[in-house]
Amino acid sequence: MSQNRREFLKTFAAIGATAATLTAVTPKVTKGKSTRPLSPNRKGVLVDTTVCIGCGKCEWACKTAHDIEPGSINDYNTKLTDNSQRRPSENALTVVNQIDISNANSGKIKLQCMHCEHPACESACIVGAITKQENGAVTWDTDKCIGCRYCMVACPFQIPAFEYHKALDPKIVKCDFCINRTTEGKLPACVEICPVGTLTYGTRDELVIEAKRRIGKDPDKYFNQVFGEYEVGGTSWLYLADKNLVDGVFPKLGTNPAPGVSESIQHGLFAYFVPPVALYALLGGVMWLSKNKEKNEGGH
Amino acid sequence: MEHKFKPEQMTKKYFTPWVIVLAAIALNGLAFLAMRFFFGIGSVTNLNNQFPWGIWIGLDVGAGVALAAGGFTTAALGHIMHRDKYEVIIRPALLTAMLGYTFVAMGVFVDIGRWYYIWHPLIMWNGNSALFEVGICVMIYVSVLYIEFLPIVTERFIGRVNLPGFLNRFNLLVDGLLRKLDRGLDKTMFIFIIAGVVLSCLHQSSLGTLMIIAGPKMHPLWQTPVLPLLFLLSAFSVGFPMVIMESITASKSFGLKPETDVLSSLSKFVAPLLGIYLAFKIGDMFIRETFVYLAEFNSTTILFGIELVVGVIIPLRMFLSEEVRNSVPGLYIASMLVIFGVVMNRFNNFVTAYNPPYATESYFPSIGEISVTLGFVALEILIYRLFVKIFPIISVPLKNVGLKAKYAIRGGLK
Repeated sequence: MSQNRREFLKTFAAIGATAATLTAVTPKVTKGKSTRPLSPNRKGVLVDTTVCIGCGKCEWACKTAHDIEPGSINDYNTKLTDNSQRRPSENALTVVNQIDISNANSGKIKLQCMHCEHPACESACIVGAITKQENGAVTWDTDKCIGCRYCMVACPFQIPAFEYHKALDPKIVKCDFCINRTTEGKLPACVEICPVGTLTYGTRDELVIEAKRRIGKDPDKYFNQVFGEYEVGGTSWLYLADKNLVDGVFPKLGTNPAPGVSESIQHGLFAYFVPPVALYALLGGVMWLSKNKEKNEGGH
Repeated sequence: MEHKFKPEQMTKKYFTPWVIVLAAIALNGLAFLAMRFFFGIGSVTNLNNQFPWGIWIGLDVGAGVALAAGGFTTAALGHIMHRDKYEVIIRPALLTAMLGYTFVAMGVFVDIGRWYYIWHPLIMWNGNSALFEVGICVMIYVSVLYIEFLPIVTERFIGRVNLPGFLNRFNLLVDGLLRKLDRGLDKTMFIFIIAGVVLSCLHQSSLGTLMIIAGPKMHPLWQTPVLPLLFLLSAFSVGFPMVIMESITASKSFGLKPETDVLSSLSKFVAPLLGIYLAFKIGDMFIRETFVYLAEFNSTTILFGIELVVGVIIPLRMFLSEEVRNSVPGLYIASMLVIFGVVMNRFNNFVTAYNPPYATESYFPSIGEISVTLGFVALEILIYRLFVKIFPIISVPLKNVGLKAKYAIRGGLK
């Protein structure tokens, strides 16, 4: 019996040592990825919805750049008059809708991934397949993704789409900010083709200044808000409109980064592995004490 | 007089009319599952870009993990707190947990789009992700459960190894290996038992963290930063009712007398556990002032009401009554209600509460999704039945035995 107890203690000490080693080694893995500083030169796009004519050429260019069958470029301008609120999907990474569905004369708005400054999808992804790149783009890695769709649950703008009808290699599909083009020094496909200058590509910080300049110059024309400046901690894509876009086009969101609460709980529960290790030690103690107690009382 | 119990293999025949019915349900589920693998998730489910998660996550995984809580709660009670009286229920609870988690893993496997990458979380880590934590913990815990089950396998076969045909000559060798394994397990089992409880506490709570990141997409009646705690407390409170329900069902099915005195004592823990859960749930509602949403009368609030009243408050009242705790039907019904309440809670958290901003119609599970979920449940019961026939799991009363021969369950400290 006593030998068993010694054995127990010995093994227990070994576990303690292992756990301590683990604790010393692993915190860098559990450190929040999204706490790393964002590059000051990260890019963004300013969408001035008051300029957009709804020609849909950006949709066509986007599909062409992403190997999705685009069809004829002339068919696109009719798409947004069908009175439906279309959503980006696995077949279209961006869509242009009327801001007011029932009013054909209302402004037009281009929708796609907002490329959040602190993306919920990046925080949620079980394998880290989604990354906020240095240039601001939020990209998806086909070699990592397991297709769990937690990014879709997490996204406050409900953007990522999934290829539900593919049995093999279904992908998470969303705007990748044309990362392949921008690394070659080209403009994103939608920005390049826009015939009226709705889309302005540039450094995010400068775009915020530019947006405010436009509002200041023509305060009657614009609703006094740059959507995306502060929403969910800020987004790379910024919107100007003649009306409030919240509740009509975008959901009502706070200014805190979307992953904030979840990450602080997660890191609280696992702060340097102290809570699990402490629980383990506590249970071990209870087990040992209750065994001894029983031995003293039961005497077997 | 105190009864002595010993786990034995069940001898009743496997096939009964109910088993045939279960087999049919299982086959139906497997047929839809085959469709999912040949034609994609979209061909079988009602999931879409607005509703990425349905009942395969909400019930198979969410509720599945909670209902397997009997494994770690009884291990904590029997092995860690050394309440020897409850040893008779540890093996059935362990088997349920082992099969339950195996089917949770199966649920994940069929739900993820790229099932062949299911091993990725082992080497691709994201410490920010609650899902990563759940995934890793469940993977380790399944392994721990299998290890905890091994002593039952060695007990079954030591001295009884009889390999077929020419493999016969290895009988002695295999027996020797089993004995070695048994001795090793006996010395180290407490490590796994404690680890099992720790891992369970971790992922039961992290399962609650999952939906927090959905933020305002989740109905405020459920969306709260204390979700992990609520998930953990409800898992604590559903563990014993699950064990009671199973024990009574198995006794009925195999024509044994229910272990009423053990189950009655066990049921004393349920009311306090449920009470703590209820206190936190109601307290959270008042602190966040979400009770205002109950003034609305719609399917969401009705489901919330059913979850809370039928699934928590009524069984809580029942478990407080000594009369209920001492009657087999009373125990059965009260336990079923707790189980129903936790299943409803997980369903509500993952499905009812989830309100994506651009959905044009709401999600309702397809025939295929329901078939697969029911099929998995049926399959699990069938395998359970098979296992209790092959291995000594369910304890039966012993006649004419001295104190020495008292049930001997391996695992824990001797």
